[in-house]
Amino acid sequence: MLVNSEMARRPKYLDLLRIRLPLPGIISIMHRMSGAVLFFALPLLLYWFQQSLTSVATFGALKAAFSHRLAKIIVLGLLWGFFHHLCAGLRHLALDMHLGNGLTAARRSSAIVLIAGVLLTFIVAALLW
Amino acid sequence: MVRYAEFGTHHPLRDWLTQRLTAVVMAFYSVAFLITLLVMPPVSYSLWHQIFLLPWIKFTTLLFFVSLCLHAWVGMRNICMDYVNYARTRLLLYVWIISMLVLYMIWAAQILWQQ
Repeated sequence: MLVNSEMARRPKYLDLLRIRLPLPGIISIMHRMSGAVLFFALPLLLYWFQQSLTSVATFGALKAAFSHRLAKIIVLGLLWGFFHHLCAGLRHLALDMHLGNGLTAARRSSAIVLIAGVLLTFIVAALLW
Repeated sequence: MVRYAEFGTHHPLRDWLTQRLTAVVMAFYSVAFLITLLVMPPVSYSLWHQIFLLPWIKFTTLLFFVSLCLHAWVGMRNICMDYVNYARTRLLLYVWIISMLVLYMIWAAQILWQQ
């Protein structure tokens, strides 16, 4: 057991550059960041959706635009954001139902979320192109 | 006295439930959408266009967008509550976020019913 003086001396890493976040913490902040990125990407996504449905010409133009390298990088990034957010969200729903609440289980599911997000991104990207 | 009106969400349980319910709606729609895309890739405009002519597709897609906007509101507001310390700045951000999300919902409905 820690005595009071020891507790006072324990390191408190409130410096963001020195804090070492555990894996569930990393997943959590990535969940939040991917959500914010998707929010800011909404006008672009809606614009793409509109272009795809307006006419044959806009559909073709959008298809041509997607073959550019920059567009592919943006789509890949947004796909990753989406899949990470989806997987981390499903993990949250499981935790809400008291599934996998233990420390080991929570760390394992975080690793699965991280890997699944990347894997799904590459699978869908491979099928798209 | 703590002025909860400045900090709180007023309806924490309702917001929590909104976030979860909209998440479930979007998860089902997204998975169904992806499977549809993989089974019949939208190679031509007419094929893609025809999918969105179906009334039930229009309504489920609109349900997806409405869920998305409600979900984004809860999430973006949580981010603002955590990182934006000035009540006035936060209020301005809330107004901006809500305005954008309402516009997106109208835009989505317009795209869907212009077909």
